[in-house]
Amino acid sequence: MDGVAAMKWFLPVLSVVAAIVVFWYLACVPMNVKFAMMTAERQGVVVSPEGVQARRDMSAILLAVRNPVVWADTWTQDKPRLPAPHQVVAELWKTTAEVKPTSKRSLVFHAWVTLSATLAGFVIGAGAGIILAVGIVHSRAMDMSVMPWAIASQTIPILAIAPMIIVVLNSFGVQGLLPKAIISAYLSFFPVVVGMVKGLRSPGPMDLDQMRTWSATRAQTFWKLRLPASAPYLFASLKIGVASSLVGTIVAELPAGGGQGLGFRLLSGSYYGQTVQIWAALFATAILAAGLVAIISGIERGTLKRMGLA
Amino acid sequence: MITASGLDLTFETNDGPVQALRDVNLEIEKGDFVSFIGPSGCGKTTFLRTIAALETPTGGEITVNGMHPEEARKARAYGYVFQAAGLYPWRTIAGNIRLPLEIMGFSKAEQTRRVAEVLELVDLETFGRKFPWQLSGGMQQRASIARSLSFDADILLMDEPFGALDEIVRDHLNEELLKLWARTGKTIGFVTHSIPEAVYLSTKIVVMSPRPGRITDVIESPLPRERPLDIRDSPEFLEIAHRVREGLRAGHAYD
Repeated sequence: MDGVAAMKWFLPVLSVVAAIVVFWYLACVPMNVKFAMMTAERQGVVVSPEGVQARRDMSAILLAVRNPVVWADTWTQDKPRLPAPHQVVAELWKTTAEVKPTSKRSLVFHAWVTLSATLAGFVIGAGAGIILAVGIVHSRAMDMSVMPWAIASQTIPILAIAPMIIVVLNSFGVQGLLPKAIISAYLSFFPVVVGMVKGLRSPGPMDLDQMRTWSATRAQTFWKLRLPASAPYLFASLKIGVASSLVGTIVAELPAGGGQGLGFRLLSGSYYGQTVQIWAALFATAILAAGLVAIISGIERGTLKRMGLA
Repeated sequence: MITASGLDLTFETNDGPVQALRDVNLEIEKGDFVSFIGPSGCGKTTFLRTIAALETPTGGEITVNGMHPEEARKARAYGYVFQAAGLYPWRTIAGNIRLPLEIMGFSKAEQTRRVAEVLELVDLETFGRKFPWQLSGGMQQRASIARSLSFDADILLMDEPFGALDEIVRDHLNEELLKLWARTGKTIGFVTHSIPEAVYLSTKIVVMSPRPGRITDVIESPLPRERPLDIRDSPEFLEIAHRVREGLRAGHAYD
């Protein structure tokens, strides 16, 4: 029975993945076709039309359709515009399994650098978010003064503000993990504030009246009603927050330099036209994000189950 | 026990002031079962909330056990049962009943003793470890009543506690409530908009009418304190019900 139930979702999931991979391979053909035709022409293969000039303004899809002979080559180039799935997988394998995790050529090393800054930033951001939310819910002055700034802070493009934070902190001698963690926290505190405020305010007037009939103090209302009521909201925001944290760290690694982290791998890949390296770093980032969200989901399930809410 | 004289309450709203209560005078004796009945907007819930110090009157006097309602609350004079059970989904039934005891600072042992005691009182002994969603609506409301009884207040204020339940469950709970009242000797204030419920339960029925909310009739029930469900077919019962209906109609004829 379990096998049958598993098949029920396994097959559709597999079909979707297969469809994405097929689409990806197909997309590689027009993306890489011009370079493939140039190489083929040099080796004496007849392509149509002949000559780079003649092909310059032609649509890539049309060229791909007219030259099936070069298709195979579009999936094996060294510096393709769009690398094929197997190239990315091979690069991931090469930079994780075949080098020592402490090597600078290892994605595990760079992922660890990014992960440590992300976790530090997430802890700072989530902590700040929760504290701000508690303040906002309990003080009208804070509600009026903090919330607009929190919203304004998120309208500033992080790409614009990240280099400034790095430079300013650098001038005070702060380098390494901390500046990245601060930018990461800058992105992750916001969803936590919004979700937590909503959660802490989720008890209705009746719940609050009930507390009053027992002469409960504000602290008791907070610990026994508002905080537990906010748990489902908190976890939803933490999941968004941790993903934002990772984005923040990656963005911070672009100007931070230092030659470490997945953000740096993305940057160096684009300097040297190493598209395969860029895609491998992108996948490493996605896997890291999925892992972080999965961990929080696991904690969420456990906590809500123990609370009787799931 | 509870005395209101010349009680006025006006809400300030965006559309101007709304008079929720006007010149309300009422005596509730110890051990009374008093029902407040009337159409919506007649101030019956507002009056109950005023007794509980959830609303502040704008005129007149009200005392609960000879005290200001705010002091009476601090002295744990009453338990309040809301329209919805309002049980916390993250606490078990026993945990929910323990909540006011925790807030009021009872010792752990005393909490456990009292929780067991009130669970027995509402016939939910075996459900202490269940979560609210595992109980029917009627059982949840019984748990809510148990919670309001747990700290031994003399007065029980109930705001349409059975309003959301179907009639069969409601009849059953009404019967149970009368037994509970007989066993504990509490003074009960009960808001309802059901005439049979008010007549069946009460020793005193307060008929109210809206705009402005005021008392139009106070009926002392001649029915005995012991009331089987079929008392509702007796001529005395029907006569009181008739008088309540007349009172409600008179209030309505106003507008």
